[in-house]
Amino acid sequence: MRTVSLAETASSTYAWPVHAEKLQVRAGRHLAVDELDMRLGTGVHGLLGPNGAGKTTLMRALATVVKASGGRLTVLGGEVTGNADLRQVRRGLGYLPQHFGFYPRFTVREFVEYIAWLKEMPKAAIPGAVQRAVERVGLADRADTRMKTLSGGMLRRAGIAQAIVNDPAVLLLDEPTVGLDPEQRLDFRELLREIGLDSCVLVSTHLVEDVAVACSDVVLISEGRLVWQGTAGQLAEQGGAGDAGDSATERGYSAVLRAYRGRVSA
Amino acid sequence: MTTHPTPTLISQYASGAAGVDDTTVWAVEAHLETCAACRAVLTDAVDPDTRNLLDRVADAIATGVATGPRPVRRRRLLRSGVAARVLPWLFTATGLMLAAALFEWTFDSLPSLVLLVAPVAPLLPVAAVWSRRLDPAWELTATMPRTGLPPLMRRTLGVLSAVLPVLAVAGWFTGHSPGLWLLPVLGFTAGTLALGTVVGVDRAALALTVAWSAGVVVPSLVDRQLPPILAGDSLPGWALTTVALTAVVLVRARRRPNEPHPNLLHR
Repeated sequence: MRTVSLAETASSTYAWPVHAEKLQVRAGRHLAVDELDMRLGTGVHGLLGPNGAGKTTLMRALATVVKASGGRLTVLGGEVTGNADLRQVRRGLGYLPQHFGFYPRFTVREFVEYIAWLKEMPKAAIPGAVQRAVERVGLADRADTRMKTLSGGMLRRAGIAQAIVNDPAVLLLDEPTVGLDPEQRLDFRELLREIGLDSCVLVSTHLVEDVAVACSDVVLISEGRLVWQGTAGQLAEQGGAGDAGDSATERGYSAVLRAYRGRVSA
Repeated sequence: MTTHPTPTLISQYASGAAGVDDTTVWAVEAHLETCAACRAVLTDAVDPDTRNLLDRVADAIATGVATGPRPVRRRRLLRSGVAARVLPWLFTATGLMLAAALFEWTFDSLPSLVLLVAPVAPLLPVAAVWSRRLDPAWELTATMPRTGLPPLMRRTLGVLSAVLPVLAVAGWFTGHSPGLWLLPVLGFTAGTLALGTVVGVDRAALALTVAWSAGVVVPSLVDRQLPPILAGDSLPGWALTTVALTAVVLVRARRRPNEPHPNLLHR
């Protein structure tokens, strides 16, 4: 019988896995995220926005790669804006960067094992967790091939495997569907829904159709500010027949963005 | 104090707990998990068919465990890729040392090149193991709980264990006291780590290399004699500096566990 640890049954001491208040993050000199207020609960959230809206910078701030230059950011109940020890927060994070760097001579299994070790998982749990992560992304048959021989889509899936290996409570995926073929994309959406049942998943993408199908909530940002937040269904309702786009969600997206631009310039 | 459930209750539980309310069933179940004596009572209470079934299942599992494939032996985590990536820098360091030794052996009139170059020999590989430009997975490394000094120390020790034997050969070949090359090497490595917590390891390594070359190597080549800080008298000074810098690194690591960050994005 498995022993349930105290940590597993402890009630969480925070209301939102991700909570940003007037968050400011710089990318170089440029203020890429500006006074952003956002609260994310359990579920799959799609982060949408035009190019240069600050999606990647926001993801990096949530993943604790960059420090915020102003405001407050709380991830899993731990404040990550100050000089606090981020260990506890980071153990609960999974992150796939937009530019997924890897060690070409490692096999997929070695790489995911290495990441699991860096994530301070218990030594005995690593081999099982690695196998499970690799199977969940459908790379089990290529687990022992070197990463330099993998195709773009396979690399992306290896990247997702390393992000989910520790069963993160907050999973951040920056452009995860780039390079996936249609069938893999379907599998990926299924995986997202599964993970979103009990953790907070934030998927940054510029593909509106991914959001419409796989995400329960949509966060729309532009020029570093939160423009709109709601369910995917609500976003679809925002669009009228006159808006640009091929699907209801796309029309809703352009309608919300156009309304926001109108407000800003007014 | 726990009171044990009565044998009647246990046999009712074993036979499906008809007529017993849920709360009692849960209490009995919770008690059974912790009490071996009551589990023994339970074993006697269940009907023979169930016991047979349990025996067969246990047997089958035991046979399966005994005859099935053994669990995969835990391989040591191969981090050959990291080593291979640093390899060019290690070669550079090794080549530099060997060239210095050869030079020193050929030209007697020059001051000892081995001693002059040794302190900065491991700095380039050390910079290479902790640099945003040279570590393809830096963005992932930056988000890991196991970051900061412990992994950097590991990688630095790896570099030192590759560079020090070369230095030992070069030092033995040219007949210098080991302290004269070993202590400066350790001092400069500790200095890089200490400075690295402030400006980043790669910049620290570069700055120290440039400073040492401009401040000591070039003048002593011009003067054609070793500077006083590479003479036997300065050994205690080197030892003290090394210890002090190591202490600085450890204290900083304790105060700011996430430093040195592999990148300087937020500066």
